[in-house]
Amino acid sequence: MLVEILIAACLVISGIFGLVGSFGLIKLPDPMMRLHAPTKATTLGVGGALIASMLYFYFVVGQFSFHELMITLFLFLTAPITGHFVAKTHLHLTCKPGDLPPTATDRPWASYESDAERARIEAAAEGETAG
Amino acid sequence: MIGYALTFALACFGLALLLNIYRVVRAPTKGDRILALDTMVINAIALLALFGILEGTTMYFEASMIIAMTGFISTVSYTRFLLRGDIIE
Repeated sequence: MLVEILIAACLVISGIFGLVGSFGLIKLPDPMMRLHAPTKATTLGVGGALIASMLYFYFVVGQFSFHELMITLFLFLTAPITGHFVAKTHLHLTCKPGDLPPTATDRPWASYESDAERARIEAAAEGETAG
Repeated sequence: MIGYALTFALACFGLALLLNIYRVVRAPTKGDRILALDTMVINAIALLALFGILEGTTMYFEASMIIAMTGFISTVSYTRFLLRGDIIE
């Protein structure tokens, strides 16, 4: 009985968070804010569904399955990479380097630094430590 | 009780998929479209996991694993293409 309540709670939480994530993708006004909403769907939505299915197959069906853990691990590993790439794409497609806040060093934002500029600055820094 | 919760979760993820399709069709920026496609993949994985509970079989987990990998690769290649104009440099 307790297990049933736990599984049902996991399922309901996962459904609500999946819906909230996708609704936030529609509702939030700024592209960078919209980046934030689907991460909830990834962590709590899919995580809740997979935990529920793990509990169900262990306690109700009676067989232990570890595939869910693999899927969760894979999603947790790839979600930050995806978020980083989408944010970078948004930044490069819509913002100019002058629009961004200053970095408080003499170097620009790393994403906007050209290869030649980076090589020059790094060579200068190496020369300083050697001299 | 699990049956009702399962129906509720399936309905929620189905609605979430519909919202994602709306966002893919009417996206303000290209980043939103990529993000919506990525969220669609995640919702599809959750839907498959729930369908596995409904059917009482673990067969669908391999399918959701493959969908997760394909979704990740396609998101990264789409963003790489927009950033560099080239996927494998």
